[in-house]
Amino acid sequence: MHELSIVTSVVESVTESLAAYPGARVLEVRLRVGALASVVRESLEFCYGIASEGTALEGSRLVVNVLPVVMHCEKCGKDVELEGVQSFRCPLCGEPCFDLRQGRELEIDSIEIEDGKEAA
Amino acid sequence: MTTRIVELRQGILKKNDELAAGLRASYAVAGVTVLNLVSSPGTGKTAFLEWTLTEMRKRGVRVAALVGDLETDNDARRLASSGAPVRQINTHGICHLDAEMIGKHLDGWKLADLDYLFIENVGNLVCPSSYDLGEAIRVVLLSVTEGEDKPLKYPTMFNSADAAVITKMDLAIPCGFDRWAALKNINEIRPGIKIFETSVKSGVGLEEWLGYLKQKRDLP
Repeated sequence: MHELSIVTSVVESVTESLAAYPGARVLEVRLRVGALASVVRESLEFCYGIASEGTALEGSRLVVNVLPVVMHCEKCGKDVELEGVQSFRCPLCGEPCFDLRQGRELEIDSIEIEDGKEAA
Repeated sequence: MTTRIVELRQGILKKNDELAAGLRASYAVAGVTVLNLVSSPGTGKTAFLEWTLTEMRKRGVRVAALVGDLETDNDARRLASSGAPVRQINTHGICHLDAEMIGKHLDGWKLADLDYLFIENVGNLVCPSSYDLGEAIRVVLLSVTEGEDKPLKYPTMFNSADAAVITKMDLAIPCGFDRWAALKNINEIRPGIKIFETSVKSGVGLEEWLGYLKQKRDLP
């Protein structure tokens, strides 16, 4: 529902980072989004086109890497990946899990840019 | 032309997270316990909060509230009848409160004069889950009229909550509310979470809720 504000923040952050690379063109922006981050990949991609229009990011590709939920199972003593977000139990032993280790990420991972001038 | 990968590794909501961290620090300095109340529209957040503010004030507890809605100050007027300081935040279309809105609306309030600050979020079980307001306790509310599978439909919100409140328990029987299914679903998404089954009409569960609030403040 709030994907447009999310991608608008992405465009602003990347634009700030580009100050270090004058004249560079952005080819791709890669995000890491946890399965519990409450955002929808398709909606992010759709909104990205609108948010990047008229910026140095216009025409670039948005790649959304969705990360599964990882919980720490106390009984098994290790981190376990959940198959979905309908049950927060260890898939190995069935015990409830309380300690979330991955799944709420909402991050810009990296960008791929083309330098503004000919390579030496 | 050369292409290269630049690692950024930064939170998309970095600005909000930084502001929220600042708020959290100022709440700690002032010694105020801050709660963020989230639910669907119509769950009864305002009625629940109105009762909570009124009752706590009767017991000499210093409370205040911020309330978020897209439009109108109806909820702030309702909550103000408790006698507590209340401010309305109108988001004008934005589906959640963020840390910047909270910071702006706290301007002029002396937080050190408060024991508890309640933030009633915009009625929405999706977007508010992403925005940290610096709160110590996130409370998710669910009414018996909404269906027992709400936690399964909105796992992000329920999984990020510290306590769950079921409202309108006085309507449980007419609504055919399956209590065990609701409790099981909440526990499936957030194992071990504290759950309060309440009604501001009948009074059920409310003393337990106040006890929880007191205990949260007594703890170091």
